[in-house]
Amino acid sequence: MAQSLTHAEPALPADWRDLFALTKPRVMSLVVFTALCGLLAAPGDVHPILAFSSILAIALGAGASGALNQWYEAGIDSKMKRTAGRPLPAGRLDPQTALQFGVGLAAFSVFLMLFASNWQAALLLAASILFYVFIYTMWLKPRTPQNIVIGGAAGAFPPLIGWVAATGSLAPLPVLLFLLIFLWTPPHFWALALFVKSDYAAAGIPMMPVVAGEKSTRRQILFYAVIMAASAIAPWPLGYTGALYGWTAIILSALFVMLSIQVGTRTTGEGDLMRPEKRLFAYSIAYLFILFGAVVADHWWPL
Amino acid sequence: MTQESNQEPFDEAEYRRRQRSRANMMAWMLGALAILFFLITIAKMQIFQ
Repeated sequence: MAQSLTHAEPALPADWRDLFALTKPRVMSLVVFTALCGLLAAPGDVHPILAFSSILAIALGAGASGALNQWYEAGIDSKMKRTAGRPLPAGRLDPQTALQFGVGLAAFSVFLMLFASNWQAALLLAASILFYVFIYTMWLKPRTPQNIVIGGAAGAFPPLIGWVAATGSLAPLPVLLFLLIFLWTPPHFWALALFVKSDYAAAGIPMMPVVAGEKSTRRQILFYAVIMAASAIAPWPLGYTGALYGWTAIILSALFVMLSIQVGTRTTGEGDLMRPEKRLFAYSIAYLFILFGAVVADHWWPL
Repeated sequence: MTQESNQEPFDEAEYRRRQRSRANMMAWMLGALAILFFLITIAKMQIFQ
């Protein structure tokens, strides 16, 4: 059941802009980019129309996951400053419309993937949507501070789906890219959780800084950053990518670990501006964009 | 009629504007999907030839 809302149901039909906002377009951009990189780094040629349709299916699947997540968490969102302006907690959208939109979009995205590419990619897309909605949103997130560690798998699916859409089978490189996003998620989200800790505490979500405290969260950010760096560099020595990707991964990951050391070793008091945490959060987004760009560049223009 | 006086006045113009806006968006999306499905079919025919 979705978290209950106290506002009256709006009588007006939903505005399409609110339905669009329900799909979390900013999160979708990273999903689309990593999926596209997975597809472009795969061996062989894909017809441009089929490639476009597969990426569109992944984007719609991500949008559906976002919509169902917002439908389920509307009550929690209304308690957090960061999310209180979203269409459901702000009362601009009826929960029933959001649910129907999410389920419809999810079903359509899987059908489009099946029609445009292959059943293996459609199955993976369906699994990623179900994992995000049922395992992460409904089960893990409200129960354990390890929510985003395990839930990170949902965000790691896109490059895998992109690769499978192009080839119809799995290979070591997309699995390593899956592992990279999986290990990138904890330091990325915990850096955010450190500077919006009070929001999560107010909403009763057991994020790591709320449950285990700042010190433990900072140590774990550093731990995950180190193993993430190792997994980011691994495709080069293992022979799945070339030097262009290898050197990009080494330089970017070294910087990631340095920023994580700053975050991991500091203590803060009341009124701290949390600049190193905000810097790490912003850098982590750029890190993933550039690294996945390097996977594609290395495939098409090897050194 | 106390209940009616507590409710906000129904804005029919806004209701129609939103309905029209959604209908237009839906028409554009259905048109785009029809073209996309046609192009996917053509692409698949080229691949299997």
